[in-house]
Amino acid sequence: MTIGKKIFLYLLLILSGFIMFFPIVYAFMISFMQGGEVLQGKLIPENFTLTNYINAFEKVPLLRYLINSLVVSTVIMLGQLLLCSLAAFAFVFTKFKGKNLLFMLFISTMMIPWEATMVPNFQTVQSLGWLNSFPGLTIPFFAMAFGTFLLRQQFKTIPIELYEASQVSGISRFKFFLTVVLPISKTSLITLGIYCFLTAWNMYLWPLLVTNDEKVRTVQIGLKQMQTQEIASEWGVVMAGVMLVILPTLLLIFVGQKRLQEGLTRGAIK
Amino acid sequence: MPSLNMNADPKRPTLRKNRFSLPSLEGWLYVLPSFLLFIIFLFYPMVRTVYLSFFYTDTQGKPLSFAGWENFTTLLSSTSFLTSAKATFLFVLYTVPVGVILALVLALLANQKMKGIGFFRTIFSSTMGMSVAASSVIWMFIYNPSIGIANKILNFFGLADMHFLLDPNTALLSVAIATIWMNTGFTFLILLGGLQNIDSQLYESARIAGVSSYYSFRKITIPMLSPTLFFVLTVTMINSFQSFGQIDILTKGGPTDSTNVIVYSIYKDAFINYNIGSASAQAVILFLCVFILTVIQFKLGERKVHYQ
Repeated sequence: MTIGKKIFLYLLLILSGFIMFFPIVYAFMISFMQGGEVLQGKLIPENFTLTNYINAFEKVPLLRYLINSLVVSTVIMLGQLLLCSLAAFAFVFTKFKGKNLLFMLFISTMMIPWEATMVPNFQTVQSLGWLNSFPGLTIPFFAMAFGTFLLRQQFKTIPIELYEASQVSGISRFKFFLTVVLPISKTSLITLGIYCFLTAWNMYLWPLLVTNDEKVRTVQIGLKQMQTQEIASEWGVVMAGVMLVILPTLLLIFVGQKRLQEGLTRGAIK
Repeated sequence: MPSLNMNADPKRPTLRKNRFSLPSLEGWLYVLPSFLLFIIFLFYPMVRTVYLSFFYTDTQGKPLSFAGWENFTTLLSSTSFLTSAKATFLFVLYTVPVGVILALVLALLANQKMKGIGFFRTIFSSTMGMSVAASSVIWMFIYNPSIGIANKILNFFGLADMHFLLDPNTALLSVAIATIWMNTGFTFLILLGGLQNIDSQLYESARIAGVSSYYSFRKITIPMLSPTLFFVLTVTMINSFQSFGQIDILTKGGPTDSTNVIVYSIYKDAFINYNIGSASAQAVILFLCVFILTVIQFKLGERKVHYQ
């Protein structure tokens, strides 16, 4: 690569990186501004004080919402990892009547947009008495075809000799799953876990439908609430809320970008 | 029933230990939790939605009397549904091609072997960590006619102020631009993965043969990337059909229904107007759109993977 071409590429990279990241930096800057500065349309705050962040915690129960989101996302992630790995294990290491049919059924779940089922789902959750509760926010999402396929691909790479050896030494199949399959697949499980956590943390429509109570409301809905309450005057406080909401997931992306890219590509393209 | 088939195969001695000789019940047990949840929270509600779409319902969603195709014919002749269908179609048209091309350009840029490229990859994928709520709040500010930066940029280029989200002519486009930004991270990440899976030997031989980089892009990159590209195209299209959060925060379907895309319209009919029959009929239409797209993806995707 010639020097000229290299410089040109770096310029392009910097320019597009700046444009892509600008909205986030913009929100970060505003999160430190006082009302007057925001209205003047400034780009850089006069001084970086945490006033807006403190206010954000005082005006809405933001800490409560953050904890709720953490609980909901962690539970969904663990539930999905558990159910997906169990199902994937069955598809790779067991044979049973109706397996192919069941596999087709898993594939066909990808053809149903979740939004098309939300009305009866709401009724189901309501009749179970799960409105405004953690089970209602989490359990409906535990089963996941994409995750099952991703882990199935991974489990298929486990040499069959390992399985046979475990059979010879009389280890039960479930123990084989726990002590051999899961530890070997650690990387895939972590990748899928990051993906599940991200998706769950960012959920919007379902929490909007099934929570109307501060005790279980997630932070995404809290953000909407902040934005409707504060809209005219206190953009700085709202943006402080935005920064707090995106911090955990941005950190996850910064740490796991490479893994996610490899894992998602493998799951997406066979 | 699975339990009745335990050891049912007489030709296979039960003592023989291979991966397929154990009782079939056990396999079912591992899949059962996922299976039950799919039935309860996906297949049953889908069937129920189809069922409800043929009934007049009360505000709680209890079917009152059979309506035949009435819900559908009412929809298809109502201007508000046609507006919504048009908005959805335009929204998909605005977001998908531009979004995929943008992500492809970024992925090609980030696929270079250069110092510090990891930093740029992280920056480009960062919007994958942005929730739809947080992103929408930021864009709401960007589009704010008096203090947001969008108008400042327009002014800088000598253009007049715009009202973005408040003007029926620009609202949908404004939401689409915000959506493209939100989706770029995910699309970029998948496309970059696809690019990195291409055998570098191919480029090496092309370089030795002395072909131009444009030629090797057209003859190597595009064909080899086509399965990934195709996957990304369908997934972004399906995602685009399902957009909700940004509409709810940025425009609430307005002004004058210009951004009332189908999922928002379903939500409004079901949970604000309590017209469950109509909402269900729209949900069935949404299902059909996504269903057709997925089937095309599977059929064509299968064929395309082969020449990799």
